[in-house]
Amino acid sequence: MFSSLIAWFTASAQWSSTTGIPTRLLQHLGYTALTVLVAAVIAVPIGLYIGHTGRGRFLVVGLANGLRALPELGVLVLFVLLIGLGLTPVVLALMLLAIPPLLAGTYAGVSGVDPAAVDAARGVGMTERQILVQVELPNALPLMVAGLRTATLQVVATATIAAFVSLGGLGRYIVDGQAQRDFVQMAGGAVLVALLAIVLEVALQGLQRAVTPGVRRTRSTPVVGKTDTVTVGG
Amino acid sequence: MRTTRALGALLLAALAFLAAACGGGGDPLASQPQAPAAGDTIRVGSANFTENRLLAEIYATALSIRGIKVERQFGIGSRETYFPGLRDGSIDLVPDYTGNLLQYLDTNATATAPADVYAQVQQKLPPNLKVLEASPAEDKDAVVVTRAFATQNNLTSLDQIGPLCGNIVFGGPPEFQTRPYGIPGIQKSYGCTFKEFRSLDAGGPLTVAALRDGSVQAADLFTTDTSIPNNDFVILADPKSNFAAQQVVPLINASKLSNPAVADVLNLISQKMDTATLTDLNKRLDAPDKPDPAQVARDWLSSAGIG
Amino acid sequence: MRLFGADILPLAAEHIVLALVPVLLGLVISLPLGWWAWSSRGARRILLPLTGVLYTIPSLALFVVMPLVLGTRILDPVNVVVALTIYAVALLVRSVVDGLDEVPGEVLTAGVAMGYRPLGLLFGVQLPLAVPVLVAGVRVAAVSSFSLVAVGAIIGQGALGTLFTQGFERFYTAQIVFGLVSILVLALVIDGLLMLLGRLLAPWAAARAPQRQAV
Repeated sequence: MFSSLIAWFTASAQWSSTTGIPTRLLQHLGYTALTVLVAAVIAVPIGLYIGHTGRGRFLVVGLANGLRALPELGVLVLFVLLIGLGLTPVVLALMLLAIPPLLAGTYAGVSGVDPAAVDAARGVGMTERQILVQVELPNALPLMVAGLRTATLQVVATATIAAFVSLGGLGRYIVDGQAQRDFVQMAGGAVLVALLAIVLEVALQGLQRAVTPGVRRTRSTPVVGKTDTVTVGG
Repeated sequence: MRTTRALGALLLAALAFLAAACGGGGDPLASQPQAPAAGDTIRVGSANFTENRLLAEIYATALSIRGIKVERQFGIGSRETYFPGLRDGSIDLVPDYTGNLLQYLDTNATATAPADVYAQVQQKLPPNLKVLEASPAEDKDAVVVTRAFATQNNLTSLDQIGPLCGNIVFGGPPEFQTRPYGIPGIQKSYGCTFKEFRSLDAGGPLTVAALRDGSVQAADLFTTDTSIPNNDFVILADPKSNFAAQQVVPLINASKLSNPAVADVLNLISQKMDTATLTDLNKRLDAPDKPDPAQVARDWLSSAGIG
Repeated sequence: MRLFGADILPLAAEHIVLALVPVLLGLVISLPLGWWAWSSRGARRILLPLTGVLYTIPSLALFVVMPLVLGTRILDPVNVVVALTIYAVALLVRSVVDGLDEVPGEVLTAGVAMGYRPLGLLFGVQLPLAVPVLVAGVRVAAVSSFSLVAVGAIIGQGALGTLFTQGFERFYTAQIVFGLVSILVLALVIDGLLMLLGRLLAPWAAARAPQRQAV
């Protein structure tokens, strides 16, 4: 079976046809990137606001808990029935996974900025907006990237469900393999998802290190995700 | 450096896991059939589409009316998934369709007439599985297009589809891509190679939506499906009988037949059911008030004088 | 009780069992693994990233390959339980490590000075002090588990998740919404109970726990 998995990976059609591995990988990456981007556009401003003003903190905790309990499969089929086929229902469903870690990371980053630094900034006459952009945001970056990391990992692992509602991506191999009882195809798909997740994880780890100022952190464990790691359902 | 090493370890571990998962080789599901459900309980399974769930519900309700204990395990998936479940004793009974069942058992099967198909199924089944009486009710796979597409291309039958195939994206359940009567069959019988195959679902909302919004130009739907008349879809004729006769038939673990009441009541259901009834039941389930399938099953059983 | 075309109570009971048994098993497995990863740098380097990768294996794939790995029947609930246990372990090993990390070095030194042996120290000092972090981890694992069970519906097993597949096949939106709400409610009730349990076990941490959860 292991050799058939190798054969599956090396078959030339796998690398040339329109349904081959490169296409599926790109689709999968595309769904992931789009979802995380849209989620960031929503979550980051809200996180900045909550972190800066301290208002609405309950929202961060409540959302994190509530959204995690929401079964992706149900959300997805509901959106498909309501919206129709296509990318929109999938991105909307996956977004629910990406928002909590992004929101939590941004909020935690901003609210964790040393109050003395903020006071000093106020003291030299910076406006609230300047404080947010010039003091809080740079200091919050490492935690924001940690949130991005968690969000990306969750989405990339869960984006397989797009295939359940007829889209492409690596989930295609898993859903088709299940229906056709083709274990090699399923295993191939699962390996590809894991590989993609590892590559993204390493890249984002690098990014996180790059935005962390001063002494290199001793542990690479992101603070977001300490007890609040990944939640997947695919 | 550290990352590289960790990454290497991860890769190895992931591969080892998958290798273990796939270990053994061959079809691991064909291995040691286990004993069926304990005692006299009959576990009724079903495929993942509404009509099949309803038929399973009808079987289960009728059996329990006759005092036989049942468990329901519906929505298992395609035949590729539930048949191994029958073999390993996960389930004991499932409503199946003769033509597709035959092609599953023997990919080279050529029988298309109802009696031939049924006889061949009986021959090809493993000894621990039996089919009971086949019902006159038929639900075939069919290639379906929109009215507009049919008119525009003057299309009524699969034997006219050849020249169009290069421009047609075809939609069906994932298993249609590999089943003998699916993409390979259409290619063989009608010399048609579609531009692309799109994995959808077994006659469900995805297929209907994709056909309607034009993401696919032709699709695999079931002949008893009310979405065909509802959307004014056109069923293409199949003069070369790519889709064999497709009678509804109870497929059951032989060990469950020791109680004669089991076969009696299931055969009675087969006799009372016909294609029009099946279509009508599908229509009832599809109605906006979304009736409880269990109620629909009970109603039909009592109207047929069975329960 | 029949609601939206399903016997809702047995389905809910099944859902709770399928979701929580793996979390319990996962905790039992994660305690020694987490302790190992905490005490050995090498083990930490392998175990923590490995558990991260385990979590990226798509659940549908895991459900389907389980009978091959375990030799179980295709529709055996054990398949779902074992698959979800893997996810629970993936989450909880990290919680155990984080929990043990949380115990200050001076406390350990004091424990040793008081004559605690390693095992006694672990169960008498370290684990009790790690409770708040552990409970936070278990809460995440439990809530995720409730959501993951539903995926089993694709292979005919998902308890309340079958409301999704069935509802989808029939264009029955209300049935899907009902399924979502039931799973959500069950998960949040369990989450609340676990939070209470955490407060009972570690009353001193009650003030800190919600803060952690937020981050």
